[in-house]
Amino acid sequence: MVRLYNVTKIYKNNSVALNNVTLHIKKGDFVFLVGPSGAGKTTLVKLIFREDLPTRGQIVFNGKNVVRMRPGEIPFYRRKIGMVFQDFRLLPQRTIYDNVAFALQVTGTSNHWIKKLAPEALKVVGLEGKEKMRPEQLSGGEQQRVCIARAIVNNPLLLIADEPTGNLDPGTSCDLMNLFQEINGRGTTIVMATHAWDIVDSMKKRVVALSGGKLVRDEESGAYDHGA
Amino acid sequence: MTMGRSAIGYYFKETIDSLVRNNWLSLASIGVVTVSLFILGCFLLVAINTSAIINTLESMLEINVFLESNLDQSEIKHLNEQLKFLPGVSEVEFVSREKALESMLTSLGSEKDITDNLDENPLPDSFRLKTKNVELAPQIAANIYKFNGVSNVIYGQKIVERLLVVTHWIRTTSLTSIIVLGLAAVFLISITIRVSVFFRRKEIGIMKYLGATNWFIRFPFLLEGLVLGFSGALLASIIVYLGYTIVIDKIAVSMPFLPVVAQIDKLAPVYLGLLVLGLLIGAAGSSISVHRFLKV
Ligand SMILES: Nc1ncnc2c1ncn2[C@@H]1O[C@H](COP(=O)(O)OP(=O)(O)OP(=O)(O)O)[C@@H](O)[C@H]1O
Ligand SMILES: [Mg+2]
Repeated sequence: MVRLYNVTKIYKNNSVALNNVTLHIKKGDFVFLVGPSGAGKTTLVKLIFREDLPTRGQIVFNGKNVVRMRPGEIPFYRRKIGMVFQDFRLLPQRTIYDNVAFALQVTGTSNHWIKKLAPEALKVVGLEGKEKMRPEQLSGGEQQRVCIARAIVNNPLLLIADEPTGNLDPGTSCDLMNLFQEINGRGTTIVMATHAWDIVDSMKKRVVALSGGKLVRDEESGAYDHGA
Repeated sequence: MTMGRSAIGYYFKETIDSLVRNNWLSLASIGVVTVSLFILGCFLLVAINTSAIINTLESMLEINVFLESNLDQSEIKHLNEQLKFLPGVSEVEFVSREKALESMLTSLGSEKDITDNLDENPLPDSFRLKTKNVELAPQIAANIYKFNGVSNVIYGQKIVERLLVVTHWIRTTSLTSIIVLGLAAVFLISITIRVSVFFRRKEIGIMKYLGATNWFIRFPFLLEGLVLGFSGALLASIIVYLGYTIVIDKIAVSMPFLPVVAQIDKLAPVYLGLLVLGLLIGAAGSSISVHRFLKV
């Protein structure tokens, strides 16, 4: 589904964030992106989301070249990808329901569909009954669920999460991983950048490891550390 | 992109939120639009009325060309030709001294006996000219004065000259202030929109992540500009309308001879024009900010 060919990203200050990375993420995959801080995980995710362009190399999403995409196509491309952020990025003045519905509104979905899809997504993440609350009235784990509901509400092909458990306690993280697994079970491809070695080790999913911008390891049902 | 009802609802809610949040700036923008369009409205009404006055004067105003008494038929005929082909002259009528006396006697009526004592007709032959445009009268009169056989040229000099000076003055001062104020209005609206963009920068970022198109993101800001421009224009139109109604009522009492324009079909374009201009000012102001500050 997503193919990276010799992707190199050098930022303006000459720091090499990604170095000649070639990678194929298949439909239905559940990929953990691991590596020490500064390895280039966030950079990789940003390039796939077309938030930034690679210095060299190509990225292809379902046969479509992401690097050579016209600016006008970018919004429509992004609708195929759900993004979950470590810092949630919810709208504080709006209710939970409105935050999730927002993803549908901005893509021009009719009210009829919003009324159907938004509650469904909230149900999937287990937040029924909290629709009218505002983000600040929720715990971190619950806010992360709102963010996930918003990311999956328009049924994306790919769900990208950059350190989604970064601020959560182990128990909450575990619940969240079950949720991701469930979403993956519905056919959504998932890419998750994380430092949570215990989660990676227990899930036994594909592990892609970066180090200093290089792809150093790619294993089916791998572990956080090599040989662990 | 299908535009569902939710999107339209979204646009209006966002626009109203922004207007309320920036209430002082919004009010200032509306105020400047109102003032500039108010001046424009007054100017247009004054222009419409002066041109109506000038039209009436035009039909009344004629240039009388008095001839020297020693001209023969062919000389008079030659002068007639010359006058006819003078640029700006629409009508030339020869008034013989006999006819002039006759019409004078008719107009004097009962006081006829004053002239009974005259043993000779004291009036000269003359030509009565009509011009295509009052503004040309001074020029034409000056030209004719140089012709051979012309003793004097008389026309409503003072009225025309004064009218021309006044209309010219009104035109330049109002046009200058309209342009300056119009630019100020565009500038203020663009600042208001810039502030709106700033307040919503976080939301704009999230919208980009969620796959909103550039136009979807820009539209509420454009709408905000249009609402500001239109509100100002509406306010200006109402003030101009009410003010004008009062003024023409006053004129009807104090100066009933003035031909005031009050027909709705002549005034409607003025109000319509103000509203359209308000929208244009709003569109211009918001476009500037939306394109400069929403590079998406
Ligand atoms: N906008 C930027 N401008 C310049 N350098 C950057 C930029 N973003 C990232 N970098 C650099 O690129 C390298 C990779 O950064 P990246 O954020 O991808 O790492 P990461 O693997 O996500 O790290 P972490 O686990 O801490 O989130 C780092 O050396 C970083 O300093
Ligand atoms: Mg990172």
